[in-house]
Amino acid sequence: MSEYLFIGKNVPRTVEVDKVTGRAVYINDLKRPGMLYGKIVYSRFAHARIKNIDTSKAEKLPGVRAVITGADIPDVRVGFLKDQTVLKKDVVRQFRDEVAAVAAISPEIAQEACELIEVEYEELPAVFDPYEAMKADAPLVHELDARGRPVKSNILPLPWKFSAGDVEAGRAASAYIVKDDLTTPWINQCCMGTSGCVAEFDMNNNLTLYNQANVIFGDKRRIMEYFSQIGLKDSKVRVLNPIVGGSFGTKLDTDIYEFICIQLALKTRKPVKIIFTREEEFQVLPPRQPSIFTIEQGCDSEGRLTFRRAEAVLDNGAYTSWGATTPSVMMMPLSSLYRVPNVYFEAKCVYTNNIYCQAMRGYGNPQATFAVEVSMDHLAEKAGIDPADLRLMNSNQPGDETPMRLKITSCGMEECIKKVRDEIKWDEKRGKHNGRGVGMASLIHVAGGARVYKSDGHGMIIKVDEDGHVDVISGGTDQGQGSPTVFSQIIAEALGFRPEDVSMTFGDTAFGLWDAGTHASRHTFIAGNAALMACKKIKRQILELAVEQMPKIIKQGFKRKKRKDPEFTVPDLNFGSIADPDDLDIRDRIVFSKKDPENPHFRMEVSRILTEALHIGTGASKVVVAEAFYDPPTEMLDREFKGNLSCTYAFGTTAVEVEVDEKTGEVTILQLFAAHDVGKALNPVLIDGQIYGAGYIGVGYGLTEEMKLEKGKVLNPNFLDYKMLTAKDNIPVTPIIVEPGDEDGPYGAKGIGEPGLVPTAPAIANAVYDAVGVWIHDLPITPEKVLSALKEKRGE
Amino acid sequence: MKKIEVGFILNGDEVTAEVPATWTLLKTLRETFELTGPKEGCGVGECGACTVIVDGKAVNSCIFPIAEAAGKTITTIEGIAEKNGTLHPLQQSFLDNNGVQCGFCTSGMIMSAKALLDENPEPTEDEIRTGISGNLCRCTGYVQIVDSIQKASEIMKDKS
Repeated sequence: MSEYLFIGKNVPRTVEVDKVTGRAVYINDLKRPGMLYGKIVYSRFAHARIKNIDTSKAEKLPGVRAVITGADIPDVRVGFLKDQTVLKKDVVRQFRDEVAAVAAISPEIAQEACELIEVEYEELPAVFDPYEAMKADAPLVHELDARGRPVKSNILPLPWKFSAGDVEAGRAASAYIVKDDLTTPWINQCCMGTSGCVAEFDMNNNLTLYNQANVIFGDKRRIMEYFSQIGLKDSKVRVLNPIVGGSFGTKLDTDIYEFICIQLALKTRKPVKIIFTREEEFQVLPPRQPSIFTIEQGCDSEGRLTFRRAEAVLDNGAYTSWGATTPSVMMMPLSSLYRVPNVYFEAKCVYTNNIYCQAMRGYGNPQATFAVEVSMDHLAEKAGIDPADLRLMNSNQPGDETPMRLKITSCGMEECIKKVRDEIKWDEKRGKHNGRGVGMASLIHVAGGARVYKSDGHGMIIKVDEDGHVDVISGGTDQGQGSPTVFSQIIAEALGFRPEDVSMTFGDTAFGLWDAGTHASRHTFIAGNAALMACKKIKRQILELAVEQMPKIIKQGFKRKKRKDPEFTVPDLNFGSIADPDDLDIRDRIVFSKKDPENPHFRMEVSRILTEALHIGTGASKVVVAEAFYDPPTEMLDREFKGNLSCTYAFGTTAVEVEVDEKTGEVTILQLFAAHDVGKALNPVLIDGQIYGAGYIGVGYGLTEEMKLEKGKVLNPNFLDYKMLTAKDNIPVTPIIVEPGDEDGPYGAKGIGEPGLVPTAPAIANAVYDAVGVWIHDLPITPEKVLSALKEKRGE
Repeated sequence: MKKIEVGFILNGDEVTAEVPATWTLLKTLRETFELTGPKEGCGVGECGACTVIVDGKAVNSCIFPIAEAAGKTITTIEGIAEKNGTLHPLQQSFLDNNGVQCGFCTSGMIMSAKALLDENPEPTEDEIRTGISGNLCRCTGYVQIVDSIQKASEIMKDKS
């Protein structure tokens, strides 16, 4: 491995210099000539009938250019289950429902106009608890489905049922069985850059949408679909990413504000920008899906898992976005985290009048892994087995096929468990119950793409100009994870160039080839493989041009020398050494002959060869350009939700040591080791950054973060009341990189974007139990919950 | 809307802004001077993305009334590199040590760090963490930010 020049090296993020000088243009900074500012009027009720909307005062306000309500725009349904319209005109079903919007010459005027819009409501009975919502007499959140047929229940018609093996037989074969109820809250993604977009039409009604989407082609498709229904089917759509101020799942779906912005731009014929305030970000942006789990697991007398049975109830909120599809990801840890032969899982998504949910880093995995891993510790205790040993005994192994039919190729789980166990001094610290404790949890996640659409591909275009500069257009997006640096390393390594020769462009549907999205921890793996495919073509082109041009250039050089110096003797060269592209290679932008590597005459800068090839003359000149579309050899899940949807899987284990103050209930993290099987670390410092960052969000999930809702209203829509961790919290995270390599990954790499978050919260819950002997099954593990559990334990 | 005229020193230049009296320093920097390095992450002084240095102190410019800028010396992220383009050691260190990911908090983070290092050139890790405790970051878990600041302080010490 040591022969790599750039792979595995800590290449700094020099290409992102604009981010440290204030020059990087985020959506928040983007201005277009004549641009207007859009603001949205939201519902004042969780469930109400709109009786009247009076916009007359708003329209008269100087500086206002457009006011729109549901009556002004086509009545088109949008969203994953087409269960909402862009502006609501009859019924509002949650506080975030958009009822009107304004475009004005300044954000202040737009806001003032919003406040002048008078909406008369008739409040309707609402339901905020998913169990209440499932009752026969519960108020219906939707009375009609997308096709206008009457709806009988608030339970969504989604088929989330997974079954493998025979759970009852597994139960019968069990020596020990545990059953637990666990819940996880709504979590705001807390991107530091708030959401927003700029929509702009040209005079031919073609749209350019500057937004932060991480699935730009999905975004484009959804907007095209919308256009086809509002009489703009011939319009073209270009989606363009500026620099993105954090994503964490928020940019997976096309949000309603984007459609509103488009409608305002269409009406005013001006570019319109909508930027959320932080309060909107909390009140309006779809958060992480909360969950209520019941999980049962069993093992035989030796500790081998016999079965796992889980049921989940998910508060869907009033409409449906990707939150409702999190069960498809929950199935992965439920069926495939550790070897478990018999599995049953069922999830119900239930409409309520709460905020609806979307994706967040890890998708449904953190919720399900919390259930599985807390249950694992409970089972270990019941069976009298050390929790680390239970995990090792049931660890996934290379070559396994799981009940979900995931094919485990490379797998560093065992090494991860052992490493964190040793680092945290598990045997020495565990089982003291003296206020200090240790706990661990593992994870499995997709790490070689995720075939959630029929294509899981990524298109990449690479060109090399005659000056030796490599321009790369990725069809994916960069959200700050470090892709510009990592891809420049991959491409430089593959081509024999330097990372600084490579310029990356992301996030433009006009220039980029199709990509399934920068989601599911897939970008490095999938786009990295696309890069390698394209680089192979590029290198071949360069070497073929070298075969054509090098002898000519060398001979011309000799001629020139001879002219200047008649004494010069032309060396006797064996041009056969450079007659076949297979005999040539590139290193540090120099083409050389592998047959005669030290011969200075046969070493030539790529730019010299390309310049010559470009200027041969009419009909013969050549440029170097190639595209590649990599679509991994994976399967979509079948009707039973089985299939090998990813080319490889990530594994990891987190171990934490906590101290619990029995007087205050406060949990302090003393140490946190996060070991991750990353295949091969392409840039270790950047990988550490992913593990630190994800680990921190995981600690927040475990201890502090939750959106508090009361009757559908978010009560803590700001950073004072929503407890995101600060630098002062100083969580001592230590990443441990495990590198078993992966035969399918680019230079052996696997995805690492999401994994760091996944096992953190259950590891903390398990450590709290080890410290003070109480289970907190309801995230976050706040001091109040710990105190109350301690009181209950003491019988107070 | 009533406008006021405010003069101050901005990144070394004497400037005057004529803006509505209700504007904040952040809004003036971004709109009048087109300095969009300072960001609005919350608008209420909770996230620190808008941090600039006013008379040597790091302040949240999103809640700093423009009238109070009169006569002050103000430095933004755009004003800390050398005139020849050489980055400030903090800027370089954030790139070298992965102190930046999405970058939205970075301008404010670097300005808080600069105010800290200007006053305390050799801060402990704890002092660094306190110095940036008003600057939220969702990407990094702060570890590599603290590391970037520590390494920058060492480089600055070696230089001086």
